[in-house]
Amino acid sequence: MTTRIAPAPAPDVSPIVSMDMITKTFPGVKALDQVKLDLFPGQVTALVGENGAGKSTTVKILTGIYQPNGGTIRIDGDPVVLATPDDASQAGITAIHQETVLFDELSVAENIYIGHAPRTRLGLIDKARMHQDASALLTEIGAPFSSHTQLRDLGIANKHLVAIARALSVDARVVIMDEPTAALSHKEIEELYELVETLKSQGKAILFISHKFDEIFRIADRYTVFRDGAFVADGQISDIAENDLVKMMVGRSVEQIFPQTNHEIGEEVLKVVGYAHPTEFADINFTLNKGEILGFYGLVGAGRSEFMQALFGITKPSKGVCRINGNIEVIRSPADAVANGIVYVPEDRGKQGAIIGLPIFQNITLPSLDKTSRKGFLKLAEEFKLAREYSQRLDLRAASLDQDVGNLSGGNQQKVVIAKWLATQPQVIILDEPTKGIDIGSKAAVHEFMAELAAQGLSVIMVSSEIPEVIGMSDRVIVMRDGRIAAEVEGDDMTPETLVRHAAGITTPTEGAAA
Amino acid sequence: MSRLIPVRETILAAAILVLLLLISSRFAGFIAPSNLANVFNDTAPLIILALGQMVVILTRCIDLSVAANLALTGMVVAMINVAMPGLPIPVILAVAVLLGAVMGAVNGILVWKLSIPPIVVTLGTMTIFRGIIFLISDGKWVNSHEMSPAFTAFPRMELLGLPVLSWAAIITIILFGIMMARTQFGRSIFAVGGNPHAAVYTGIDVGRTQFWAFVVSGALAGLTGYLWVSRFAVAYVDIAGGFELEVVAACVIGGISIAGGIGSVGGAVLGAIFLGVVKNALPVVNISPFWQLAISGSAILIAVAFNSRSGRTKGRIILKSAEATQ
Repeated sequence: MTTRIAPAPAPDVSPIVSMDMITKTFPGVKALDQVKLDLFPGQVTALVGENGAGKSTTVKILTGIYQPNGGTIRIDGDPVVLATPDDASQAGITAIHQETVLFDELSVAENIYIGHAPRTRLGLIDKARMHQDASALLTEIGAPFSSHTQLRDLGIANKHLVAIARALSVDARVVIMDEPTAALSHKEIEELYELVETLKSQGKAILFISHKFDEIFRIADRYTVFRDGAFVADGQISDIAENDLVKMMVGRSVEQIFPQTNHEIGEEVLKVVGYAHPTEFADINFTLNKGEILGFYGLVGAGRSEFMQALFGITKPSKGVCRINGNIEVIRSPADAVANGIVYVPEDRGKQGAIIGLPIFQNITLPSLDKTSRKGFLKLAEEFKLAREYSQRLDLRAASLDQDVGNLSGGNQQKVVIAKWLATQPQVIILDEPTKGIDIGSKAAVHEFMAELAAQGLSVIMVSSEIPEVIGMSDRVIVMRDGRIAAEVEGDDMTPETLVRHAAGITTPTEGAAA
Repeated sequence: MSRLIPVRETILAAAILVLLLLISSRFAGFIAPSNLANVFNDTAPLIILALGQMVVILTRCIDLSVAANLALTGMVVAMINVAMPGLPIPVILAVAVLLGAVMGAVNGILVWKLSIPPIVVTLGTMTIFRGIIFLISDGKWVNSHEMSPAFTAFPRMELLGLPVLSWAAIITIILFGIMMARTQFGRSIFAVGGNPHAAVYTGIDVGRTQFWAFVVSGALAGLTGYLWVSRFAVAYVDIAGGFELEVVAACVIGGISIAGGIGSVGGAVLGAIFLGVVKNALPVVNISPFWQLAISGSAILIAVAFNSRSGRTKGRIILKSAEATQ
């Protein structure tokens, strides 16, 4: 342990919830080891830690989904047992999850009051009162929709508002927000911050889980750091520097330095001409050169992923051609794309994930089976050879390549997925939000890897919403707005201001790169 | 944690052995090789259909129309035989497999192109196929005396001491063993069921794979249709009524995950054999065959409970020390 910061004096008030010496073990694994966490009324506590530090397990214990194996949870000083999610909700603890857990087919009011709807004297649901109360709550948090709206018609940001309204409706005293801004745009995040302030002023204790440091320093009052399932430190945000917090989190000093990208940029590999889709994007034109990292920046919903899916053949563009190595190629399906040397690592981890049930080597060779077959029959020896080659390149740690991929740790599973794509020997690799939701240490590893790929002559398209990453990694950046290319910038023009201006559509008369 | 010893299959094989021992303690003749061969022969149609069903279930679908497909194919080939008694058996076999495959393709197209849930599609086609038998046969039976001797003799013909019916099952098992382990189609089936989203990004067409799974299942149902009708020397609307449930049961008992992606040829075969042994042993040990339903039902519940326990996730490995000891 490099830094040990003396616990800051607790605020004058006593905590609403206090977890003490909480331990949670899964068969053979200690997920939490005697951790402590205090949540004070009217304060935002940021829970900070790398992936796998035990944050989610803590949330699950607080919401009654998991039972701790040891330790005490106190509410207002009295020890309690949160045996079920209902107990947690009775105790005034509510969580707003990363992916909101709501019902698409129900109305907003029904979502807010599900499980505790107001009843008539006959015991039936009092719809009139439910909508009346829901409307009052929605007004309070400034929601721009009615209680009668079907949830399915709302965007993610508004769904978050419904989740928050639900939290308020149960008179929650403790609100847990698990990466609430992960899927929100800038404007929506600002609105969320305002809401957090409102909740604070109402004396609620807020547990805020986030990977974004600017966010933590902006809205949190206190921090608690976990590392590898153990408590590291806690204290007032105002007493700590960003760097020290990072050090405590990773147990080592990590500098947010992007790898040197001294790769050579070669001839044109891919040229996209006039790609368009009836509803999602239009007029997409760009070229991609050998050994280049091309960043795609834009706000959430700018059409970047939608375009990438069309380029990869998952959806069909209505217009446009793409030229690969100078030849016009038609990509109608992902199989066509892979055959043309384009691979796509999607944003959603579930989708890009390994295929549980297949052993490691079969996961790696899955897109390359044409190479390992002879006369329609798979040659297991060839498969093993290919899998061994790429798993060694990525330093995959596994007892045997015949092992079920489900038994690997998360990091090693990710290596299997990457090995799978590299084994196809692609020319173009599309990485959609490659570092979203992962901790700083893993981010640096991904960045290094990306630079290495480019140095080997691969062309990388990186879709990212994180400006430092886009600027730090890309040779060139294309900014998309409302389904169109708003600008293409390179060199010294790649400044945060330029990117944000183009992405947000702020038209200032500067001589910066025009579209 | 190697998969060198497939735990589930070993346990199932052990259960079958225990069952055989129990039965032999009441009736020693049951485990005589000749009787075991008979039991296997009797179970052959179930084995063949279970393998087809396995492929479908692995892709996260289900085929409830197999028994109706079997009955319709059986009726058609029986009527062809009545109309053209001279038609050689290989032609009959080809017609049966082809017709079954076409019916499977109908299921597959509906699932693939119209995205109708497989259970709804095959529940519908199951009823439609039975209806068609009634229409083409006018509800009449085709009896043994109307069938040509060659037609009815084929499944009983002996090769190397085993009837053709048994050989059909053995060959299917071998072909499926090769198909699942050594072809791209077999690999795609596991990938589609294991993680359909990831499969799409890998360049596998999920719908097309499901379509071909239904075609395979249908073709086997067609093959079994001829073997069934010729073996029992009768064809009518209701043959193999409810047999689809027994087929699904064999798969479930054999450890084919109903959620897709997990299962093996060995498991499906053992699941079918388990049911076959139970069915054949009960009359021998003087237990009413009606108990068979209760026993198969219990076996399904035990198998599913066992699978869900063994498949339960062990939690993520979070502590570095725990990962190191792995």
